[in-house]
Amino acid sequence: MAIEPRQPPSQFVAKLQRTLGGRAGWGGFVLQLLFVAALAWICYEIVANARANLQAQRITAGFGFLQNTAGFDVSQNLIPYSGSDSYTRVFWVGLLNTLLVSAIGIFFATLIGFLVALGRLSPNWLLSRISGAYVEGVRNLPLLFQILFWYLAVLAALPSPRQSISLFGAFFLSNRGLVIPKPIGDPGFEPFIVAVLVAIAVSIGLWRYSRHQLFQSGKLIMVWPYVLGLLIGLPLLTALIFGAPVTFEMPVLKGFNFASGSRVIPEFVALTLALSTYTAAFIAEIVRAGILSVHKGQMEAGSSLGLQRGSVLRLIVIPQAMRVILPPLTNQYLNLTKNSSLAVAIGYPDLFSVFAGTTLSQTGQAIEIIGITMGVYLLISLVTSAIMSFYGWRLSRSLG
Amino acid sequence: MKRVSLVLTLAVAAGLSAQAASAQTLKTIKDRGMLSCGVSQGLPGFSSPDDKGNWTGLDVDICRAVAAAVFGDATKVKYVPLSAKDRFTALQSGEIDVLSRNTTWTLSRDTSLGANFTGVTYYDGQGFLVKKSLKVNSALELNSASVCVQTGTTTEQNLADYFKGNNMKYEVIAFAGADETVKAYESGRCDVFTSDVSQLYAERLKLANPADHVVLPEVISKEPLGPMVRHGDDQWFDIVKWTLFAMVDAEEMGVTQQNVDEMAKSDKPELKRAFGTDGNLGEQLGLTKDWVSRIVKAVGNYGESFDRNVGAGSKLGIARGLNNLWNKGGIQYAPPIR
Repeated sequence: MAIEPRQPPSQFVAKLQRTLGGRAGWGGFVLQLLFVAALAWICYEIVANARANLQAQRITAGFGFLQNTAGFDVSQNLIPYSGSDSYTRVFWVGLLNTLLVSAIGIFFATLIGFLVALGRLSPNWLLSRISGAYVEGVRNLPLLFQILFWYLAVLAALPSPRQSISLFGAFFLSNRGLVIPKPIGDPGFEPFIVAVLVAIAVSIGLWRYSRHQLFQSGKLIMVWPYVLGLLIGLPLLTALIFGAPVTFEMPVLKGFNFASGSRVIPEFVALTLALSTYTAAFIAEIVRAGILSVHKGQMEAGSSLGLQRGSVLRLIVIPQAMRVILPPLTNQYLNLTKNSSLAVAIGYPDLFSVFAGTTLSQTGQAIEIIGITMGVYLLISLVTSAIMSFYGWRLSRSLG
Repeated sequence: MKRVSLVLTLAVAAGLSAQAASAQTLKTIKDRGMLSCGVSQGLPGFSSPDDKGNWTGLDVDICRAVAAAVFGDATKVKYVPLSAKDRFTALQSGEIDVLSRNTTWTLSRDTSLGANFTGVTYYDGQGFLVKKSLKVNSALELNSASVCVQTGTTTEQNLADYFKGNNMKYEVIAFAGADETVKAYESGRCDVFTSDVSQLYAERLKLANPADHVVLPEVISKEPLGPMVRHGDDQWFDIVKWTLFAMVDAEEMGVTQQNVDEMAKSDKPELKRAFGTDGNLGEQLGLTKDWVSRIVKAVGNYGESFDRNVGAGSKLGIARGLNNLWNKGGIQYAPPIR
């Protein structure tokens, strides 16, 4: 497959390096060594100075505070937590909340972003204009404004728990969030999970076999009826043998709030909505640019092979567009994760809010806490980048 | 807020602020010509700006009184509005000279923050604000309620203690700023807003229909509020401490904003000592001999400041209660000026 070279020509790179002052030989090495030494000295001075000042003012320093009792509660905790747990536990609760909102935000942002990009490129006039209006409207308004909009204008307008909107008497929507029946594991739960896993594994095997057959002999085997049968039939069968896998605890209104059932808090909903719709607008433009960067001839070639528009996009255009899309897409994922710290404005208990906010103000240990928080955000970003680089590497291998 | 605390942290880390470690706060302030005073972001009665940008309130009067004592001019104050969670970092980093921001005096704050409380300007306690329509008469009826609270406060911890101690469940929603907290309460996100009782009365004034909301009778904690200064400068600690004492002593001696000049001429021994016509107590503090009359002329005595800002003469209309003088049924008591 002939793809235009995307690496800058090597002469250009060499010239750029010369201009930027890259030196060969010992002279360059000594200069770089001096620079690193100066940097290390500055870092040392900062640390030593801070330590001296802290001691002079008798401000408590060190990481001992992490073992102390936090003494405050958090509205959303994915791991068991109460006020009598330690600040370390608070850290994990906050971190998981950040990761949760980031992961779900990234998922929806990508989904909406791709759909809007395809919509904007669509020959359908209305669809492309609506997608265009979405992109221009959403990406040009400040994110904080959008978070507050979803939280204060949309979700706060919902009725109080006693007047909540009910769906089938099981789902309740109010200004306290969405309450859903809580699944509770029964004896049939474990066989059920095993059945689901087996069904998934066999389905993947079937799909691979069908692809193999397609590439080897050009024979197209329809596997989806079998897959569907497996995925529904096998778990159903185990449920009939071992009994129902779960029972549901129905939400019951008791006092001020729903006493049972699971609840999605409105702060989480508002933040996820704002982050995913906002980032989706940027992703849509990145995806659109990526698709437009693929030569028109590729699409025409696909069409002339008799493939439908959807198949051309899926099999020919998007894989080639991905290598253009991937680096800026990674940036958007990192932005979304970091932007999730705006949660503090609407009281969503993310890492920044409960750790760099409440914990910092209760212990007063700003340097340690800000240091840990910076390290964690850095780590999340680096891991995200690494995953995306790995994906890009695999993609470039498969494209050849 | 995020940026502020980060910048402040870096400032602490780099030791950029000259006075952070030095013990010459008074000299630094005189050279600068301004007192830098940390206040709230707007709490009626304690510290809030009016429509012309002038700050007023009980906490602001402490800033003004200190400025009057140092410069003889109560207007030489730069007010730095701080959220609950940024306030201590601002003091540690040297951005402010005094923190006068309805801050509760606790042991851990006194010891681990590198700062000292200089006294109690207001004896407060934590309470609950609810909508009248909920028909709740006691905090013990709040089982399963959603509670809005400002983050980084002692309130947040008292709340956890109280509900746990009474075996009640609740949901906490914590906001960084007081305004966001009140807005969430008003929008119905929470059933209850909890804070110091004085603050509940103040915030209730900002609600659309103050009469629809009621402060429950239970007071669940002790919240002595007072100003703070950094460790390491005892002279400055003394100045801020004795500024408040001077206001309380002035009330006890019957010195008011109106009669201060007249009282200064009195030959009663205690008044002569206070006004510097006998001895040089003010100079021992590092101030001038007439420091007490400077303070009282600027802000009045403690009782006058209380009445004007939070008491009978204000919109809040809070009774003196615990904050009355010790010889009038309260517990405000200042050591003698001698």
